[in-house]
Amino acid sequence: MSELRPDLSIIQQWIRPESEILDLGCGEGELLSYLKNEKNVHGYGLEINPEKLTACIRNGVNVIEQNLDNGLGNFEDQSIDTVVMTQALQAVQRPDELLDEMLRIGKEAIVTFPNFGYWKTRFYLLLKGRMPMSDTLPYNWYDTPNIHMCTFRDFEILCREKGIRILNKTVVDDQHREHWSIRLWPAMLGEIAVYHITRR
Amino acid sequence: MPDVIPENSVGLVTPKVQHFDTPLTLRSGRVLEQYDLIYETYGELNADRSNAVLICHALSGDHHAAGYHSMDDKKPGWWDTCIGPGKPIDTNKFFVVSLNNLGGCSGSTGPVSINPETGKAYGPDFPIMAVRDWVNSQARLADVLGIDVWAAVVGGSLGGMQVLRWSIQFPERLKHAVVIASAPKLSAQNIAFNEVARQAIAKDPDFHDGWYQEKGTLPKAGLMQARMLGHLTYLSDDAMRQKFGRELREGKLNFSFAPEFQVESYLHYQGEKFSTRFDANTYMLMTKALDYFDPARDHDNDLRKCLSQAKCRFLVVSFTTDWRFAPARSEEIVNALIHADKDVSYACIESDNGHDAFLLPIPRYLDIFHAYMEGVAARSFGGKS
Repeated sequence: MSELRPDLSIIQQWIRPESEILDLGCGEGELLSYLKNEKNVHGYGLEINPEKLTACIRNGVNVIEQNLDNGLGNFEDQSIDTVVMTQALQAVQRPDELLDEMLRIGKEAIVTFPNFGYWKTRFYLLLKGRMPMSDTLPYNWYDTPNIHMCTFRDFEILCREKGIRILNKTVVDDQHREHWSIRLWPAMLGEIAVYHITRR
Repeated sequence: MPDVIPENSVGLVTPKVQHFDTPLTLRSGRVLEQYDLIYETYGELNADRSNAVLICHALSGDHHAAGYHSMDDKKPGWWDTCIGPGKPIDTNKFFVVSLNNLGGCSGSTGPVSINPETGKAYGPDFPIMAVRDWVNSQARLADVLGIDVWAAVVGGSLGGMQVLRWSIQFPERLKHAVVIASAPKLSAQNIAFNEVARQAIAKDPDFHDGWYQEKGTLPKAGLMQARMLGHLTYLSDDAMRQKFGRELREGKLNFSFAPEFQVESYLHYQGEKFSTRFDANTYMLMTKALDYFDPARDHDNDLRKCLSQAKCRFLVVSFTTDWRFAPARSEEIVNALIHADKDVSYACIESDNGHDAFLLPIPRYLDIFHAYMEGVAARSFGGKS
């Protein structure tokens, strides 16, 4: 179980043993499966991709077929310790409303998303005059699932407006590695951010 | 007729009958002093008896869920798509038990059986069964078979209701519950459909208040109408459009009231077939059991409270075009289980086939079912039998 995806290994540090978690867009259930085995965490994943959902079931993970864009009204207030969402914030209809929902249901939340303010992205637009594409953002402007791209600053301003407190923040490259140079100028040099937030 | 038994079939099977003479007190307060249960088994029970799976049947089902009774059978058992070697309920791994419920008409004690007190068939005097009565009788069959704990209890529709009941009535006696195309209780619309079906039977002049056996008649017309209504509610609008459209049997309008559209003759055929194989009193009784089922009622109508008694893991499955047991009804079960912190997975399968989908070989459905049952095997007995 040691070969956990790098972003997930960052996330798992912030999750307490024996806690209750909800993973929005849980993929094949890697994080849930790891946390269940290593930290005796109980949780549910939400997923709509049929193959991934079947993989979750094969992995013995609790998975619910539910579209994030249809809301999370079926989860009760403050019923979950940590609500996790990796690389999906930019792909939902209303990221701001979903953030509110995450912190209504969860005492804490962890979100990861790609930084649209990454220097290569900035230069791509500046020099080519076209919507940026990269390994992290491999889509054309017309077929991208990433409909609400933001920069780290955008996200932090939204958090401030909403009264959301940032408990932890880790900024990494596209391989989810931390690096001293990123720490120097994260808003420019970081490709992916992992935020640990709360409203408490 | 199968010329050769397919490799992934359980093959030829012979039902067994178990007699019980310990009285069974029913939800209605009435008592069945003695009764028979007819059942079939597929696969082998392992040494520590940890690989047993119980199949609960729906309204018109019976004990014959898989395989063939003889080489002359036109069709295999009703859930042959899901039970057999290499199928979701893999008989190379599991020992599968499938019975006909009390009140049925396929060999377990029911309205057509002789009432030992009167020496006549029970007819309409057979007690109206509740889902919990079936579950109690199934538990007694498990006792006889030496099965303390089911690896899984599985069922669709009314069968899924039995699974839910199992999970709260005998929480220590099952490890997994698979609830397919079911609901925590019927809606008013659903009860209404059942009442129209019952009225069709009751108003048939050959019904004689249920004493047709004594009178030597059969309420075929009523049963046929009931089945036609039921059958069309099990299909979706899309499925019927695709299957029949507005196709005419003779290619032209005849300006008569005889069946002209293909969909009409299909329903006639289905109704006709059913009316000769099924017992009208059983149909009345099974629909009542459906109507009565509402386990949350004993728990302040709080389904979470009700299901918090369960100790097993759950798989819940629904189908997009099933409007008789709609996905939203399955989601009520799922949400109650989440609120009760139970282990549950849920899939809503894309299908055009309405409620009938749970009997059909839909690839995604079979994949998920298979994956889940592999987990059942791994958790219950390490995967190998």
